[in-house]
Amino acid sequence: MSEMWTAKLRTKWQKELPIEKLLPDDQPAYVASWIYVFGVLTLSALAMIIASGIVLAFEGPAWYHTSDAGKFTNSMHFWSVQLFFVFMVIHLWGKFWMAAWRGNRFRTWATGAVAFISSIATAFTGYLVQTNFDSQWISFEAKDGFNSMGVGAFFNVTNLGQMLLLHVAFLPLILGVLTVVHVLMVRKRGVVPPIDAEPALSNRGPQ
Amino acid sequence: MTGWISEFMNHPATYLKIGWLQISVSNLLVILLMLATFALAVFLPFPKGHDDTQEPRT
Repeated sequence: MSEMWTAKLRTKWQKELPIEKLLPDDQPAYVASWIYVFGVLTLSALAMIIASGIVLAFEGPAWYHTSDAGKFTNSMHFWSVQLFFVFMVIHLWGKFWMAAWRGNRFRTWATGAVAFISSIATAFTGYLVQTNFDSQWISFEAKDGFNSMGVGAFFNVTNLGQMLLLHVAFLPLILGVLTVVHVLMVRKRGVVPPIDAEPALSNRGPQ
Repeated sequence: MTGWISEFMNHPATYLKIGWLQISVSNLLVILLMLATFALAVFLPFPKGHDDTQEPRT
């Protein structure tokens, strides 16, 4: 076998996550439950957030605060975030109560948990960059909290430029990478079975 | 905003206070709706479409 890193990476990828696992055309019978729908609903809401966010970034606040299309897109961005969190929290409840870290799925659980935390930071900076009185009030309330934690010098919530760049560049990048890794981990390990359905399968580990 | 939405939204939020716990009615409603959605997702039967997992009939 070639010693090149590309060949090693390809071999490892094909072994760990073959295309049949990456793009499956069937799922175990236990996946036919509404509780298994909320992961993909969260992804759908995230896709709407990113799409509407890109439009908002190109057009700017003078457009999204004044024109009808701008207000609509702004609302689409906001309400997609609300649905994103609703779906994600119900997904979290479902996975918590079925102990979804079973079967060597700790990394799937951990990337989801960190993605949840980073999405809170992304949403928070979103509230700070609305460029309206709401964002002004939120930032001035929040600054005391951040200063009391001793991070005010690094994370200045009243600095619109810093919050805007964190919201549109750094945090979406972190959240995007975590989401991709999370989904790849789900595809690699498979969807977790219910606790009482197949105990042997749930403890089998990587498949 | 016009109509019933402005009537509904253009006033300070109503808060419930039970001891140390204080929560706005709107936040409480969202949490209750999420719990109801979770319960429905667990207990409602999933519609059956074509089943790829079944063994072929002999």
